[in-house]
Amino acid sequence: MSFRTVEPLEYYRRFLKENCRPDGRELGEFRTTTVNVGSIGTADGSSLVKLGNTTVICGIKAEFGAPPTDAPDKGYVVPNVDLSPLCSWRFRSGPPGEEAQVASQFIADVIENSQIIQKEDLCISSGKLAWVLYCDLICLNHDGNILDACTFALLAALKNVQLPEVTINEETALAEVNLKKKSYLNIRTHPVATSFAVFDDTLLIVDPTEEEEHLATGTLTVVMDEEGKLCCLHKPGGSGLTGAKLQDCMSRAVTRHKEVKKLMDEVFKSMKPK
Amino acid sequence: MAFLDFRGGSGRVQIVSKRRATCGRHSWSPRVGACVQRTHLVRKRALLGGSNKPRLHVGSGAMEGAMQTESKIRADSRTEPGPRGPGCSLRHFACEQNLLSRPDGSASFLQGDTSVLAGVYGPAEVKISKEIFNKATLEVILRPKTGLPGVAEKSRERLIRNTCEAVVLGALHPRTSITVVLQVVSDAGSLLACCLNAACMALVDAGVPMRALFCGVTCALDSDGTLMLDPTAKQEKEARAVLTFALDSVERKLLMSTTKGLYSDAELQQCLAAAQTASTHVFRFYRESLQRRYSKS
Repeated sequence: MSFRTVEPLEYYRRFLKENCRPDGRELGEFRTTTVNVGSIGTADGSSLVKLGNTTVICGIKAEFGAPPTDAPDKGYVVPNVDLSPLCSWRFRSGPPGEEAQVASQFIADVIENSQIIQKEDLCISSGKLAWVLYCDLICLNHDGNILDACTFALLAALKNVQLPEVTINEETALAEVNLKKKSYLNIRTHPVATSFAVFDDTLLIVDPTEEEEHLATGTLTVVMDEEGKLCCLHKPGGSGLTGAKLQDCMSRAVTRHKEVKKLMDEVFKSMKPK
Repeated sequence: MAFLDFRGGSGRVQIVSKRRATCGRHSWSPRVGACVQRTHLVRKRALLGGSNKPRLHVGSGAMEGAMQTESKIRADSRTEPGPRGPGCSLRHFACEQNLLSRPDGSASFLQGDTSVLAGVYGPAEVKISKEIFNKATLEVILRPKTGLPGVAEKSRERLIRNTCEAVVLGALHPRTSITVVLQVVSDAGSLLACCLNAACMALVDAGVPMRALFCGVTCALDSDGTLMLDPTAKQEKEARAVLTFALDSVERKLLMSTTKGLYSDAELQQCLAAAQTASTHVFRFYRESLQRRYSKS
């Protein structure tokens, strides 16, 4: 145990030489993924995703807002990732730190690039009223690979969102909400994120834990949708990668997408209709 | 050390350097043999479409530009992007180093109309809370042209910082801080790539030990799959996908990548290959500009 604390990198290298990791996983193996949908009653859509020990909960609230002036027939999707002191010793309370801001920007980019929902679907009345979806992703336990967990939680929560029907009353010009009639959002694509950590400039491991992320010389996140199209290739610096290594990452991302899609389909099939 | 000597009125700025005997303000271009002089007025003319005098020339990154076609390239600020493949061109680029007196190193990098000013302070004293026992703490501050820095700037700062961390030999300066401050002067497309180039040149100017140089290249894919390198703001808006890469100078490995929009795996490999070819031009430009700066003639 003390060797692990004193020389963490050497400790890891010994495992990597045998092509496995201290928690028993292979280099290309993900941790056990668990999904729970619709547990928050006060939110319009919610989900809880656990990737091993990393736990992220997503709650989506829909509110009214005026559409932007340069796009009067579009609504808004506003993501926010909250990394509170609860999830890890590294975070303090107060304004969002750098990691939270980077994660929020990443989720905003994924929503924008993958066109997961058509923003026009969120418009109620062009130029006057549109839905604004506030997506709050709260990390309850940070054990690495926060981006994958957040993307998955967002996707599951968006699939769970039910928006009530809204009609604009002609005489009073007020919106009338019919809470009895709700409909699901039209989710067009299913972006799935796969994160890798680069060790010693050569070795790539999938789904790093917090300790592995700390020891790694670089990270890479690939977001893929079902047709094999890439929505995002997020590599924030770190050691260099050749084109061939990128290719390996892509193939792993494709397999991961299939695994996640299967899990999601199972979850949504098992949900009883309200 | 170099200091600025302002002469009011005409807008001329002359940099007198104590370190070397070369002429004042220069722009290093990969094409023109001699060191050329530039004033603010001259720069405006070059940006507006240029004249054919070699004096106004700033760096041009055309991939197959021979000396004869230079005037053509200057007259219309870029060549037409060819079909998919190696027929794409980069905009004019220029670099000025050592133009600020307070930072340890500074550089201004221009790509077409996009311009970024970078200053490097370091290795300097670090706050106890931020110090790392065995290497230098790198900090990047990116200030947009207008408004307060927001979440997007924070995300970009993280990208630039991690790229710099991969090349800077921080182990040689433990318990110190190296701060890179980037100010966006004008944004006309390919902003992140310009920031990366400016940061690299400023780090070199400050004398920070690095294991390799790095450069930023942006590719845009439009709706029918045509590849455009170094897109302008208009091309970026109309493109289906915009990919920015940072490549290192030793083996052209991918250091950093950030993308916007949807694209396929094959297109990614294609853009990466095109970016690697374009990066050779940027590195050649770096080398020539530094050679010119430190040469005795």
